[in-house]
Amino acid sequence: MATTLYEKLYNQHLVENKEGETPLLYVDRHLIHEVTSPQAFANLKFHNRPVRKPAQTFATMDHNISTRSVEIDAAGAGAANQLRTLEKNCKEFGIKLFGMGHKNQGIVHVMGPELGITQPGQIIVCGDSHTATHGAFGALAFGIGTSEVEHVFATQTLRQHKAKTMKIEVTGKVGKGISAKDIILAIIGKTGSAGATGYVVEYCGEAIEALTMEERMTICNMSIEFGAKAGIVAPDQTTFDYLQHKEYAPKLDDWDEAVALWKALKTDDGAQFDDVLTLKGEEIKAQMTWGTTPGQVTSIDSVVPSPDDFSDPVEKDSCIKALAYMGLTSGTKLTDLTVNKVFIGSCTNSRIEDLRAAAGVVGEYAKQGKTVSDKVDAIVVPGSYRVKAQAEEEGLAQIFIDAGFEWRLPGCSMCLGMNDDRLEEGDRCASTSNRNFEGRQGRGSRTHLVSPEVAAAAAIEARFVDLNADFNY
Amino acid sequence: MEKFTTHTGLVAPLDLANVDTDQIIPKQFLQKTERVGFGQHLFHDWRYLDFEGTKNNPEFVLNYPQYQGASILLTRENFGCGSSREHAPWALQEFGFDVIISPSFADIFYGNCINIGIIPVKLTDDEIQQLFEASEKNDISITLDLPAQTVTCGDLSFSFPLNEFHKYCLENGVDSVGWTLNKIDLIEQYEAQRPSWA
Repeated sequence: MATTLYEKLYNQHLVENKEGETPLLYVDRHLIHEVTSPQAFANLKFHNRPVRKPAQTFATMDHNISTRSVEIDAAGAGAANQLRTLEKNCKEFGIKLFGMGHKNQGIVHVMGPELGITQPGQIIVCGDSHTATHGAFGALAFGIGTSEVEHVFATQTLRQHKAKTMKIEVTGKVGKGISAKDIILAIIGKTGSAGATGYVVEYCGEAIEALTMEERMTICNMSIEFGAKAGIVAPDQTTFDYLQHKEYAPKLDDWDEAVALWKALKTDDGAQFDDVLTLKGEEIKAQMTWGTTPGQVTSIDSVVPSPDDFSDPVEKDSCIKALAYMGLTSGTKLTDLTVNKVFIGSCTNSRIEDLRAAAGVVGEYAKQGKTVSDKVDAIVVPGSYRVKAQAEEEGLAQIFIDAGFEWRLPGCSMCLGMNDDRLEEGDRCASTSNRNFEGRQGRGSRTHLVSPEVAAAAAIEARFVDLNADFNY
Repeated sequence: MEKFTTHTGLVAPLDLANVDTDQIIPKQFLQKTERVGFGQHLFHDWRYLDFEGTKNNPEFVLNYPQYQGASILLTRENFGCGSSREHAPWALQEFGFDVIISPSFADIFYGNCINIGIIPVKLTDDEIQQLFEASEKNDISITLDLPAQTVTCGDLSFSFPLNEFHKYCLENGVDSVGWTLNKIDLIEQYEAQRPSWA
């Protein structure tokens, strides 16, 4: 029978499928960080249970670390306690930890892929909803809660029902200056914030196949923002080229064996999806969120919507509440909105290509003698120490610094503001992160999700910029 | 996890869609290493007028006098979206909610609720609307019958879907890790056929 890639991944990992019980799936990689693991470790200890496969478990510090200092105490007592608890737990249970300042430290969803820990065909879990990122490699990857983290520690398995399947095809080619962030925001704009709840999404089509691994990660990363359990892209030569020679990727004969298996990881011709959504690449414009869910998004060349634009009463009501929180008036041109904060970073957009794209825009402005506006505080937070080192070597860091951006140390930073990188009440921020929820980046703050290119331009112009129209980008 | 059979409690109506886990428990409260101490920070930014959480917001529904002691939360679609933080259901449970009724839940949140013994009740939009209308007229209480998979509010009675195994675990307070550890032979068999490089 013709099956989808998701069904293949699911079936290949079945440990037990017994009537009356939720099927039991094997977990190949378990990624952990300081915030969602301590209670799971505590329960293991309470029951005197070991971690079943420490070698398949990798830890890093990312969520609440300082981006100004490698000192563990730099982000406050609560953070330091969690970080030290992680250190202690990893030592006790024999788990590899990339701690403060380690060359492999980084945001967990940047670290895994760039080290080759993430591989096609795996099931990868992490106590973090953006675990879907790893689906870019043709892995089945999803976020879990702390009780499930404990279950994986103890058993290296998880109970999971088979999800419904959705195919999202992006046909043709996207236009000049349209980034992966614009593609995924455009998709979420079509589906709404819960359009894929209960589904695993496979992204495909010419425009997806043309993407680099970093771009595919940006797409899969935001699968959760429209409710999907996971997002997947079938592995191809782009995937294999990215992974070969990575530190934890298979080597020599193992590599050949692995690639042979990975090449079979694709949806069969004629396989049925429960739902299909098709977008034309040519029609996707630069996107920007205006509201307080990622689904409240539109193209940057348009205006703040009106509640009357929505027929569904719940959506209409959500629009009214979002406009009030965001301090927006219907009909205002989005490019007339001013910003006073800019954040370039997060597991969505902090990889080397994101920084190259942003630095490219900054470089163009620099030719005109323009730098970061004195009305704006702008920070760039690379996703990992490897990204940081590469960006410094390529001269990108200097481009940012010369233009007036702060060049910080890696971490999750202002995406969720668990450390001191927070917005103030009333701040309006152009952010390359993934969530524009009320208060996400700081109580009473206003977040607009955009691509790295738009965020870079917003820092300089102190307003949102349609790069195609205003800059002839 | 404690065994769950039936529950009757006062309903607090939270008439909002897309309530995300950042709202349920904001990030500044995620630095604990224990499972307790989250209830006091539930819906912090809505419940309190100040960052420190010293001034109650009288306009937030959970602060209304008539909903004090509520143990059932009635809400709109896509409840619990966003972050996977289990701290969100921990906060709801510690605050006193044993049941959450919504037309839809985010997947991870739904699973987290089941794993800690909160019952997530999915009803249709129309049924949810009827309950909201009933709660506008009078304060309502609802009885949840887990074996029968029904919620009853006066003359209104609705059944809700629940996976058979979830139901078994909730009714019997199953230690899910212990349950799976009983199948260690199957896990070992699976591991034996994995490639050495995987």
